[in-house]
Amino acid sequence: MGGLQKKKYERGSATNYITRNKARKKLQLSLADFRRLCILKGIYPHEPKHKKKVNKGSTAPRTFYLLKDIRFLLHEPIVRKFREYKVFVRKLRKAYGKAEWTAVERLRDNKPGYKLDHIIKERYPTFIDALRDIDDALSMCFLFSTFARTGKCHVQTITLCRRLTVEWMNYVVTSRSLRKVFISIKGIYYQAEVLGQLITWLVPYQFAHDHPTDVDYRVMATFTEMYTTLFGFINFRLYQTLNLVYPPKLDSKAESELKAEHEEDYAMDSESYLEKLSALSASLARVVATAEEEEENQLDQFPADGEDLENMEAREKEQKEQEAQNRLFEGLKFFLNREVPRESLAFILRCFGAEVSWDKSLCIGGTYNVTDETITHQIVDRPDIDKQYINRYYIQPQWVFDSVNAKMRLPVEDYFLGVTLPPHLSPFVEEKDGDYVPPEKLKLMALQRGEKHVQEEEEDDDDDDDDEEYNDEVDDEDLTEEKNLKKMEDQRSQGKTLAVKVTPGKVKPWETGSVGNKVRLEKEEKAEEKRLAIMMMKKKEKYLYDKIMFGKKRTTREANKLAAKRKAHEDTSKAEKKQKKAKKQ
Amino acid sequence: PLFIPLAQSDMKDYKHLDIRNTVGNVPMEWYQDYPHIGYNLDGKKIFKPIRNKDELDEFLDKMENPDYWRTVHDKTTASDIRLTDEQVDLVHRLQKGQFGDVNFNEYEPSVDFFTNEVMIHPVTNRPQDKRSFIPSLIEKEKVSKLVHAIKMGWIKPRKPKETTPQYYDLWAKEDPNAILGRHKMHVPAPKMRLPGHEESYNPPPEYLLTEEERLVWEQQDAEDRKLPFLPQKHSCLRAVPAFSRFIHERFERCLDLYLCPRQRKMRVNVNPEDLIPKLPKPKDLQPFPTTMSLVYRGHTSLVRSISASPTGQWLVSGSDDFTVRFWEVNTGRCMKTLEVGGAVKSVAWNPNPAVCLVAVCFERTVLLLNPSLGDRLVVSSTDQLITAYEPPEEDKEQAVTWALSEGLEHNMGHRLTLTHPKAVKQVVWHGKGDYLSSVMPDNSSNLQVLIHQVSKRRTQNPFRKNKGLVQCVSFHPLRPYFFVATQRYVRVYNLIKQELTKKLMTNCKWISSMAIHPGGDNLICGSYDCRLAWFDLDLSTKPYKMLRHHKKALRGVAYHRNYPLFASGADDGSVIVCHGMVYNDLLQNPLIVPVKVLKGHQITHDLGVLDVTFHPTQPWVFSSGADTTIRLFT
Repeated sequence: MGGLQKKKYERGSATNYITRNKARKKLQLSLADFRRLCILKGIYPHEPKHKKKVNKGSTAPRTFYLLKDIRFLLHEPIVRKFREYKVFVRKLRKAYGKAEWTAVERLRDNKPGYKLDHIIKERYPTFIDALRDIDDALSMCFLFSTFARTGKCHVQTITLCRRLTVEWMNYVVTSRSLRKVFISIKGIYYQAEVLGQLITWLVPYQFAHDHPTDVDYRVMATFTEMYTTLFGFINFRLYQTLNLVYPPKLDSKAESELKAEHEEDYAMDSESYLEKLSALSASLARVVATAEEEEENQLDQFPADGEDLENMEAREKEQKEQEAQNRLFEGLKFFLNREVPRESLAFILRCFGAEVSWDKSLCIGGTYNVTDETITHQIVDRPDIDKQYINRYYIQPQWVFDSVNAKMRLPVEDYFLGVTLPPHLSPFVEEKDGDYVPPEKLKLMALQRGEKHVQEEEEDDDDDDDDEEYNDEVDDEDLTEEKNLKKMEDQRSQGKTLAVKVTPGKVKPWETGSVGNKVRLEKEEKAEEKRLAIMMMKKKEKYLYDKIMFGKKRTTREANKLAAKRKAHEDTSKAEKKQKKAKKQ
Repeated sequence: PLFIPLAQSDMKDYKHLDIRNTVGNVPMEWYQDYPHIGYNLDGKKIFKPIRNKDELDEFLDKMENPDYWRTVHDKTTASDIRLTDEQVDLVHRLQKGQFGDVNFNEYEPSVDFFTNEVMIHPVTNRPQDKRSFIPSLIEKEKVSKLVHAIKMGWIKPRKPKETTPQYYDLWAKEDPNAILGRHKMHVPAPKMRLPGHEESYNPPPEYLLTEEERLVWEQQDAEDRKLPFLPQKHSCLRAVPAFSRFIHERFERCLDLYLCPRQRKMRVNVNPEDLIPKLPKPKDLQPFPTTMSLVYRGHTSLVRSISASPTGQWLVSGSDDFTVRFWEVNTGRCMKTLEVGGAVKSVAWNPNPAVCLVAVCFERTVLLLNPSLGDRLVVSSTDQLITAYEPPEEDKEQAVTWALSEGLEHNMGHRLTLTHPKAVKQVVWHGKGDYLSSVMPDNSSNLQVLIHQVSKRRTQNPFRKNKGLVQCVSFHPLRPYFFVATQRYVRVYNLIKQELTKKLMTNCKWISSMAIHPGGDNLICGSYDCRLAWFDLDLSTKPYKMLRHHKKALRGVAYHRNYPLFASGADDGSVIVCHGMVYNDLLQNPLIVPVKVLKGHQITHDLGVLDVTFHPTQPWVFSSGADTTIRLFT
């Protein structure tokens, strides 16, 4: 029995992890500073594979950091800045206590600050890395830019956030990279494709915030500090790729136009500049003055064959579609009424090439009036409007969002004033087979494919003469819908196997022939074969299989539930309609 | 102690009286018990006045003396002093807060000494210093130093503090290969989940919660909720309110980003169809029983055991209704019914086709019957075999008593009766048909298994030690091996060498039944915990395959003698027939494929199929159930 006795927990995973408190002690930081450091450097706890081993046999709930991460933090120059700041605060307090105002002033002048540039560079070695991680930064900055300047955070932070978000929106408008938009109950989601990265962000509605008491704003502020730095650098780089001036400047032509109109309304030029930018109605100045329109960036043609060719074609097609989407509203002239959210609509419309204007009292930057005869669409969000012009559509704002998501101009009839709007669907949902697809989506898909959908339900309530016909139609529709439902369910049930039950079913008229019997028998045989094979599965695989099947069953159950709900809803609404009609007669 | 003379107060006394008390600043109570009250300047005692005033005197004095109000008692001399008019006046003035001195004028006109008017004459007559007229050298030195420093560029003008951050092209020289140490274990945070239809401000109606769903949602804990918000429908964009939990959600995301432990999880992305093993089609593995073709009815209680005759023409069954019935297989007719004196636990037809004997066990008896079915010659030869026995010379003490049946019993078919000391559960024949083994499960003795030789009417107990509760036993079909299944293990004994050859671990909780492959190298065990274990005796002592195809406890298992089939019956009322091909090639493992699930037996009292057995020649399987029937599947 030679050799030293091996001690437990002195090698292996137990030594790779460190608890939070130990890490804090090692770094000699207070909890708040440690938290700040972790946020800035992007250090997060890791869940060890064998928690008990790492926890040295104890099962107490602890969070673990990787020891290497903590060692990495040891070399961080910003830690010294934290300490300096601590000392600064101490000195300042002392000076205040002694009422040494000159000392206070001097200390204030030399307040230690730190920069996060190197941290950003370190966390995101390449630009694409940074762009990939910008979702949260965008959402956070948009939130902070809506805060009132009442002391929840520094006013500078709020203005900076506002500036950065305006820059971002201007970039998206100029690069025309917006792809999807969605009005949710939380706010408005936007998705843009920037340099091949899909970036989604959420903008809250323009209301005053009811600041909750159980939220630690210091944590949010630390995040925002990091995010603004990251966001600024990204904006700089993005502007550079588009040959735009950074910080953004309005086009000289647009600037002069705006100036002529509004000079007297605003006191200070510096204040109004950001507002002019945020109006999003003018194009930005470029570093090198180029022609108005960029030349089409054609895909280079390479001689290719076989699969490559197919890929190429697919890509080309995709690009064409993309361009078509980018020109969705080109040539249209919109006017926004007072009650619609100006910024989001102007942003979206400008992203797809439309001209937008609004009332002068609403915001700076409106280029034409309501009275302009060339306006094609006026976006209104009220039940009725007094003075209507004949040569323009009065539509509700949802039309813009739905059209963007559908990548086509939807028929405006469904979105007229006072009309009950069709449901607004999320463009982010991609249904796999077996998932529930709302009928509106099916309709939309048919419309996109170019099928002319016969709109039976779009008849006016007052034409009673074809009531009979209507009823028939409804019945037909019912039947077809039921069939569809059944078909869908059948398709789904083919996927699942465990629930297959062979019951002596009723002989259906179309199955009386021997062919039907044979088919059924074959099916039964197949099902039984499968059942028998499942018996022979290994325990582990059986477990996995059961789990997968359980999940599948659950999704089908949910889909069926939704379908049933929809059907019930339609039935009730139809009954109501009929009743109404009967009453009229 | 240090006595400080009270100069102030004594001064007045000094004017009027010559006695001056020099006692000092001490409490006068100290002199309470003495006749004197201190000392005068000459050191003589000052005596107190003879008579002290009492209350009455005091009162009279107060009433009568007009100067009483200006009389003050002096404690140091214990005498009364009448204040003069000046003194009273002083007291009054002090009481009013005025100066004591009558002549002091507190409102004297002030004299402005330093005024704002510049005077022509200096206040002091001192001449000014010379240094106030010549420039300072020290200052000059300091200034010249600063000037020099500015010239040399050591001092720079203070930059105005920049308030807005400066941005530049951070990634101008980006190096995609710059992999930091920590990036090896880096787990990027997952993105926020994208919203579904239910989050829309105007969702399709099916995504809105019904009243009950809403109530359920409200009662659930925030963690249990499937949706973190209530779907809502608004008629227009104007009507959409602010989302009250917006900041919360953002904050929670922040917390997740820096507090939530991350772990890389490998998500299995498998097609469930790929998990199902590829087996040969049952169709290609025919023949095997597929349909129920006959039901043998007649018993009135659950049928514990069945056995087929070696020719395959007859079937014997033993039931809890105290009867043994003989059936013709092809017609389903009950040929014979024999009443025995107890619930029949097990029946076994002698596998030797030249002998027509059936072993039946009930309670403590094992009965050997000659059912007189089939070939007459065989029947008579069997009877001859029994009667040809000659008792040996010396009578050995045996564990059971052998008794020859005579008279009525003989006519009924009873031939030999073996009375055991304990209740018998199972009887098994050896393949040759001469030996017979019976099982008496008992946890506490070594007398659990007995092997009987019919021709010599001899019985022996092969085991000296108790190795656990014996469940069932079986003979090897070809070699002199003996299999004993206890609760969890199957032991294989060599009967000639009289030693243990193998101990098979079944991994089951409780073995219920066992069957040996006619080749002798494979074995299946059914257990009450729904498992069937297939052992390849050449391979290992652990199961080659464990099947969990039944939902409930297995009661019986059986191999077919010729076809590669085995069957298992369980309490879920089903008989599962599997194809179990054993190859002669030792390198090839047996192929096990379930081919048919046979259903038909009703479940009564939680019992389904109690015993299964195969037809000796045809691919048919018999099963007996708790629903008093026996069924034939062909």
